[in-house]
Amino acid sequence: MITLTRREALAAGAGVLGIARVVGSARAAAATVGIDNFAFTPATLTVPTGTKVTWTNHDDLPHTVTSASPPKLFHSGPLDTDDAFAFTFATAGAYKYFCALHPHMQGTVVVT
Amino acid sequence: MNDPTTRRTALECMLWAGAGLVWTVAGGIPRASLLGTAQAAGQSFSFVQISDSHIGFAKDPNMDVPGTLTEAIGRIRELPQTPALLLHTGDVSHLSKVAQFDTAEQIVGTAGLDTHYVPGEHDVLVDEAKPFVARFQAREAQGAPDGGFYSFDQNGVHFVGLNNVTDLKAGGLGNLGAVQLAWLEKDLAGRPASQPIVVFAHVPLWTVYADWGWGTDDGAVALALLRRFGSVTVLNGHIHQVMQKIEGTVAFHTARSTAFPQPAPGAAPSPGPQKIAPGLLRSVLGTTEVRVVAGTAPLAIIDTPLAG
Repeated sequence: MITLTRREALAAGAGVLGIARVVGSARAAAATVGIDNFAFTPATLTVPTGTKVTWTNHDDLPHTVTSASPPKLFHSGPLDTDDAFAFTFATAGAYKYFCALHPHMQGTVVVT
Repeated sequence: MNDPTTRRTALECMLWAGAGLVWTVAGGIPRASLLGTAQAAGQSFSFVQISDSHIGFAKDPNMDVPGTLTEAIGRIRELPQTPALLLHTGDVSHLSKVAQFDTAEQIVGTAGLDTHYVPGEHDVLVDEAKPFVARFQAREAQGAPDGGFYSFDQNGVHFVGLNNVTDLKAGGLGNLGAVQLAWLEKDLAGRPASQPIVVFAHVPLWTVYADWGWGTDDGAVALALLRRFGSVTVLNGHIHQVMQKIEGTVAFHTARSTAFPQPAPGAAPSPGPQKIAPGLLRSVLGTTEVRVVAGTAPLAIIDTPLAG
């Protein structure tokens, strides 16, 4: 068990506040989505505005990350094994996407 | 003599990555046989289907996809009766790269056969289907500009190559689209119902397994246009295994890949490449390793003899 002194606890608290300030500013937060076994994981991701979301393909076959409805806000192009694609969501909303090779693979990014 | 052992052997020859299928048209009815099985002499017309060569794939279970395609073409070259043509039902490449198209074109070209291609979803990843159409379908009479679909006649058989891999919709299956379906209706109109029809496309036109996207959303519309014909054969790839279904006068068949196998529907968490024990790759390609296990093969079409 770790016992914090009063001074250390105060310092830790200040650190948390510091991080919160950075997130609240223009600096982008980050989130990840895995592509495993022909599925986006998590299938629904909720992030604050300004978050950079990175998808990484862990499958043996290529996939894409493609906006489900026109105009296509984002399209990764083919992602081979271990390839990654990132997109920063600047505006709140629900963004549906799918894999253009395997359209039964679908996901949603909810930006709040 | 109609040797049941030979027929059963052919039945069991459903190894995961075959060289291709020989189709022989006798009396207007196309019949399939595996490459390497006994060929009846004197047939008037045959053709070969290969599929899913996936040039560019280099992972377990196949690090040498050009090698297995080359072997498949080698088998075709050894056929006692030269096929009239070769059909490639898509996923020629793995990532639509120029170098992958180059390799595939060069290897398939060594067959020395009139070859007709349709795209798989792996072939249309760049600039819609345009690079694929320009390279592999340049001589076809396109049903629409860069549409990737066309038809032609050979020895009285009407061949229809369809494209069901572009403009796929989220949550959907393979897709033909209104333009292609309108063209198909016109293409078939006025043809006698007695003319044999061979339709070939990448994704199965019938629903094999919707959970894995193994079907075509508007495939039923196309099939309705084909119902009045007395002999319809629908050839697909995509699922890297042989499946067959007969519905009235329509025979559906999917071909194996020359690259790697995929699991049976629902038999694995995903349709990713099926792993094969090291060293078994070449042996499963060869007909000498075939085992006879009566009554367990799910592949009815293989029981159709070339002569019978």
